[in-house]
Amino acid sequence: MTANPHTPVLELRGISKRFGALQANDDIDLVLGRGEVLALLGENGAGKTTLMNILFGHYAADSGSVWVADRAGVLQPLPSANPAAALQAGIGMVHQHFALADKLSALENITLGTESLWRLSRGDRSARTKLDGLMRRSGLLVDLDSPISRLSVGERQRVEILKALYRDARILVLDEPTAVLTPQESASLFETLRALTADGLSVILISHKLDEILAASDRVAVLRHGRKAGEVSTRESTKAALAQMMVGRSVPSPARTPREPGAPVLELVGVSVESPTVRRRLDDVSLQVRSGEIVGIAGVSGNGQSALADLLSGLLTPKHGSLLLGQKPITRFDPGLFVQSGIGRVPEDRHHEGAVGAMTVAENTVLENLSEPRFQRWGFLRKARIDAHARNAIHDFDIRCPGPHAPIRQLSGGNMQKVILARALDREPQLVLANQPTRGLDVGAVADVHRRLIAARDRGAGVVLVSEDLDEILALADRVTVIFRARLSEAMPAEGLDRQALGLLMAGQAREAA
Amino acid sequence: MILDILLTVSFWAAAIRIATPLIFGVLGALVCEKAGVLNLGIEGIMTVGAMAGWLAVYSGCDLWTGVLIAALSGAAFGLLLSFFTVTLGLSQHVSGLGLTLLATSGAYFTYRVILPNQSTPPRITPFQPLDIPVLSDLPVIGPILFSQTALTLLAFVLVGLLTWIYARTPLGLALKAVGENPAAVEAQGLSVAWLRTGAVVAGSALMAIGGAFLTMSAFDAFFFEMVAGRGWICIALTVFASWQPGKALLAAILFGAFDAFQVRLQQVAGGVVPGQVFLMLPYLLSILALVIWSRQASAPKALMMPYLRGQR
Repeated sequence: MTANPHTPVLELRGISKRFGALQANDDIDLVLGRGEVLALLGENGAGKTTLMNILFGHYAADSGSVWVADRAGVLQPLPSANPAAALQAGIGMVHQHFALADKLSALENITLGTESLWRLSRGDRSARTKLDGLMRRSGLLVDLDSPISRLSVGERQRVEILKALYRDARILVLDEPTAVLTPQESASLFETLRALTADGLSVILISHKLDEILAASDRVAVLRHGRKAGEVSTRESTKAALAQMMVGRSVPSPARTPREPGAPVLELVGVSVESPTVRRRLDDVSLQVRSGEIVGIAGVSGNGQSALADLLSGLLTPKHGSLLLGQKPITRFDPGLFVQSGIGRVPEDRHHEGAVGAMTVAENTVLENLSEPRFQRWGFLRKARIDAHARNAIHDFDIRCPGPHAPIRQLSGGNMQKVILARALDREPQLVLANQPTRGLDVGAVADVHRRLIAARDRGAGVVLVSEDLDEILALADRVTVIFRARLSEAMPAEGLDRQALGLLMAGQAREAA
Repeated sequence: MILDILLTVSFWAAAIRIATPLIFGVLGALVCEKAGVLNLGIEGIMTVGAMAGWLAVYSGCDLWTGVLIAALSGAAFGLLLSFFTVTLGLSQHVSGLGLTLLATSGAYFTYRVILPNQSTPPRITPFQPLDIPVLSDLPVIGPILFSQTALTLLAFVLVGLLTWIYARTPLGLALKAVGENPAAVEAQGLSVAWLRTGAVVAGSALMAIGGAFLTMSAFDAFFFEMVAGRGWICIALTVFASWQPGKALLAAILFGAFDAFQVRLQQVAGGVVPGQVFLMLPYLLSILALVIWSRQASAPKALMMPYLRGQR
């Protein structure tokens, strides 16, 4: 452990928490100093969010205690499982999934619960004065009267931070704050944090993005499998060292060997899908995906990616144009038929489209293949076979879960994604559709997903990789095309592609720029 | 002919009278639903309110004490419902329907136990029409609004009060927020369970007063089946009112007007068309209005979603 030059404002002592068979936190100690940014690093399921939920009183720890400095700087024990007490002690939390009521205004969300419920009218005027001051000092500008539903994701996050500052928080916990932000928004968030810590605010930054941890934190505590794996001063650390500490082994970037593509497995010829919104529309899209290649579809989200993904899943019927699967023209657009004819899908939204949260891991692994004789006979499920199949998947894909009968919603994002990959790749599909497959996943899980996709390509599948992450596209794809306003650019070989040029295409600049 | 009906003062006075129990019922349902709890116990709670209020007066209490007792008995059933739906987080549909069955039969049972051999229901002296100096003598408005009973005026006052609570007070904000995103409410240090329980108890008390209006103002005795689906209509009218107290008032009056209209239409055209057709009319028109208007209504986001702390 490194020496901590700051006076402590928060101490976690021996925190343990268990969910059923899963030991989420195991005897964790943590100290946070005044004015410091402590990064909490760990893979999905390492116990970061659980630990912070205990700190904030959403969960009760099975053992251990939380100590917070009072105004005089003396550490006092914090009553457990009491969010009101945590707020009172000056702890503010910005959850990864914002805790905001959409229909209420920003001001209402911020002042909610800050006044006695029995007051005859709300003190909105004084709240505004205080917030105006806070906004000016921190640079966190939002329209206080706008309902949350009209604010952008970045603005919503500002409301969350203002919520904490309005309550005079001295400790701010940010859970994966940049997962939903554009690079520019992230940069401005870190600038704000720097200004706030200079004023004496202490910050716990939960993240698995190594670059931003190195850029924004003073100290890093690493969690692995619910235990503290180490703690280092950011200045004395490197990306590789942090990655190794987090995963417990070194993480090789996936190796991709050049490979001659085979026959086309998917062809779109002049396909159009009509819709009033761009995200659901396609204009005259042509694309060829051959066996043994990965075609990357780059683009800022909302430019027609979801229409393309739905089209390739059989959920949308095109207005014009034709779609050939394995060189056979498709006339019936039926999702079940598409799965049977050899498409493996990794949907964009794991929670809503990819998995059924209340159902078990085992059930989710066979959801698309239930009609097959290996999983059912005369209309009855063959439970033993399904369980055996799930156990294999859990082993092969290294899915961390209490067992095949755990509800899948209990799994972390990375592990849920592994279940979906196991299902999608199970029958060795000739076409794999991966839509934002690594969004919100950590380094280890991302490498796993990438390895699987490359393996599928090497086996001879055609892979369509839709991603907003240019690095991911450039690392995996053999050819790249850019989607912008429902149109697809010409596919270009990824070899020697220029990031700047791709960025321009993604922003809709003229093609000659490439 | 239709205009002849619609333009009479007595028609609108009847519409308001018929609407009064619905106003209480819709406000009660609205208070529960805005906090995220669908209270399908409403039909039973109104029956209990009708029974309890009447019984209190029959056994010698004065009218307002009767209203209070009705409200308290409704609140007690609300407490039971919130134990199931809020504390235990059980299905709001099942708990609510179960509560209606329990409360309705409980009310009938109590009535039978107390009056085992009564064939004609005993009468009480109900609330009398008000005679407020000046106001009741106003043309049109006077007879329509100010010559009703005190409970009708109370209903109107409650509409204003709830509008103000939701728009202006910290309590109203918390009650709205808990039906939109309970996690946000908890993150701000408020208790989701207390807010929701409070809303269900208060809402149920309002529903029970709506029931009590039937035995203590509209009629003067308690009959079996006298609530006759008014509770269910209130649930529909709440959607129609987009969960806003002001619109709830209009919705209830609209239904009251339909009902008053069908009674008068029966008198005019009763010989030609079977009476049941007219009885159907207000329900049909309400459903129609519901279909047309409720499309853009947006329900509280966390309606019917139980919230249990520390769960993932």
